[in-house]
Amino acid sequence: MSDSSLHLPLRIALLVFLVVVIQTAAISQISIFGVSADITVLTVMSIGLLCGSMYGAVAGFAIGLLIDLTMVQTLGVTSLLFIPIGYWSGRLRELRDPSHGLVPLALGAAATAAAGLGMTIIQFLLGVDAPVSLLLVQQIFMTVLVNTLIALPVYHVVRRFLRPALPQDPRRRRRRAYTTGGLSPLHRPSERLGPISRPGS
Amino acid sequence: MHDKQVRRRRAVLGALVVASLILLTAYFGESPNSPLHTVQRGIVEVLSPIQSGASKVLSPVRDVAGWFSSTFKAKSEVAQLQRANQSLTQALAQAKYAEFQNGQLQKMVGLDDSNNINSYSPLAANVIGRNPTLFYQTMEVNKGYDDGVRVNDPVIGDKGLVGDVSEVGPNFSIVTELTDDKYAVSAMIEDGAGDTGVLQPAVGDPNQLLLTSLPAHDTQIANGQLVVTSGFQDTTNPIIRSLYPAGIPIGVVTNLNQNTLLNSQEVQVSPDVDLQHLTVVQILTHPMATTERASLP
Repeated sequence: MSDSSLHLPLRIALLVFLVVVIQTAAISQISIFGVSADITVLTVMSIGLLCGSMYGAVAGFAIGLLIDLTMVQTLGVTSLLFIPIGYWSGRLRELRDPSHGLVPLALGAAATAAAGLGMTIIQFLLGVDAPVSLLLVQQIFMTVLVNTLIALPVYHVVRRFLRPALPQDPRRRRRRAYTTGGLSPLHRPSERLGPISRPGS
Repeated sequence: MHDKQVRRRRAVLGALVVASLILLTAYFGESPNSPLHTVQRGIVEVLSPIQSGASKVLSPVRDVAGWFSSTFKAKSEVAQLQRANQSLTQALAQAKYAEFQNGQLQKMVGLDDSNNINSYSPLAANVIGRNPTLFYQTMEVNKGYDDGVRVNDPVIGDKGLVGDVSEVGPNFSIVTELTDDKYAVSAMIEDGAGDTGVLQPAVGDPNQLLLTSLPAHDTQIANGQLVVTSGFQDTTNPIIRSLYPAGIPIGVVTNLNQNTLLNSQEVQVSPDVDLQHLTVVQILTHPMATTERASLP
């Protein structure tokens, strides 16, 4: 395996480690509107969106496992939640290649909501013997709100950190497409493809 | 080529999900001394100094955010605290008199004066990590069994009870907070009758606790009454902890509903300690120090 092909996995591994340390040592101790922000789920979403479904799923597994290990929780729970978040963020990039600048914000909200609801379901399946309270729903909602506010900055920090190793930065790819005229909406398909030969003409 | 990529992607996804499920199943069924738990403790032991360093480096960021949060919270609490101050001034006068009486009675029956926290060998520890999820109300501190900490040691903060030690390593401990669903402690309401019950949290509501199993008869319980550890040990129900010194403040009775009290024998309690902003705690490393406190002549 060449050095360049290892560049991205190494950067993701470093990012995973840093994010978990920062989350547990600082972010989780800061209360905003009575809840703490969760940059781990936003990082998984960002890695998926920038690097694709495989990297997203693996990063989700790694971050989840590291959280479960460092916080002495039941192993596998957080990994199980973060794998689909990373995977589906990556699939969104691969299938739709969303170009709108607010996509990370919407996806961050969706990912946080999925993580909150998923954790609730798994915990109840594992036998947490306490009633579901309205405040639990309220807390999930507040966490989604706070994470939505910080989703864009987190995404940009992750993109900045991974950019040197990214084979195809979505923005660069789009810029290149515009300059070559390949995907520009200003060109009609007929102009891009050349004259259409009709049968019989 | 495309099919190969799809198969590879699905294989990786499946492998990761299966690995997570295997870990979950194996860990859930294991005892605390099993291999997975041992590996977990080993990794925490390695990461603990890094977390401790990161916690110190990032403390200015935490402090700034905490200042804003505390300022907004303080403004909304001014009127409530003024009312509490009035009632506490009256309570203080009564307590001073009771203390004077207590001193005289202790001398009379020959009790020692070990009902203070210092007799439980408190050990100060820095909070170096907190759990980001709702369902695990735990924190990590930078003292472990090398410093004399043991599992089940009570932990207190600046305003009262915080929880107990649930996991311990050489240089770290995991503290289960009193808002965690696995936590319970016997507590007493200072209502004159000394009504005692079991204090348990409600999941997803870290600001409220429930004091259950209260006596069914008419009580003098009212909003604002102080709730403290009872120091009581119930041999029929092992979940009730017996390692706590009596009289550690926990919180105050709030949102009292007489119907709930009569039908369910429970009241809501707001904890005094601000778990979100704790940076230093005290671990009582000799919780049984006063088991035989009374020494009648």
